[in-house]
Amino acid sequence: MLHIVNKSHTQTNALQSCLRLAKPGAALLLTEDAVYAATQGGAASSGIADAMKQLKVYALQPDLQARGMDGKLIEGVTAVGYDGFVDLVTEHPNNQSWL
Amino acid sequence: MAVKKFMFVNRKAPYGTIYALESLEVVLITATFDQDVSLVFLDDGVYELVKGQDTKATGIKNHSKTYRALDGYDVEKLYVERESMAARGLTEDDLLVDVIVISSAEMADLMAEQDVVLSF
Repeated sequence: MLHIVNKSHTQTNALQSCLRLAKPGAALLLTEDAVYAATQGGAASSGIADAMKQLKVYALQPDLQARGMDGKLIEGVTAVGYDGFVDLVTEHPNNQSWL
Repeated sequence: MAVKKFMFVNRKAPYGTIYALESLEVVLITATFDQDVSLVFLDDGVYELVKGQDTKATGIKNHSKTYRALDGYDVEKLYVERESMAARGLTEDDLLVDVIVISSAEMADLMAEQDVVLSF
């Protein structure tokens, strides 16, 4: 399963709920304001650093760039473009957007 | 017309919502009326000032450069809460404009002395 989160972890509990309900082996794609959760300044408090032991984590590169955060991604998180976003959706049988 | 103290409280990251851009637009309008304008950046609002924003690939307008133009409208008081900045692993060197870094307690005092507080 693919989980998609687009909200900042310090503004809403979307990421928190996602991490609580995502099963080991699932994929998580961070887009828009959720990309801060996978940066060096945010990954510890967001829970992403921990969650990476169980989940495959991706972040949308155009959203990282827009926020001046490219190059600040923590190791182990994979940056993907819009084409990679489409691939992730097609590769997984289902997905949940945590709006 | 008496000059009033206007504070704009920015608490949202720049592109996920329209708040950051809307705040900037109202700031510019307020400045044309020769008011005493302060901008403060708390919580995710600190992200609005991060250097190196490049929105080309998203097709969204990059409004971050506008912060550097505020000077030209006599908007010179930009405050960042130290606690919010530190919580995001950021320092003044990561920001694209000169700001005044203040503590939560100082921010509280500053907020209390305003005539008008606008929240974004």
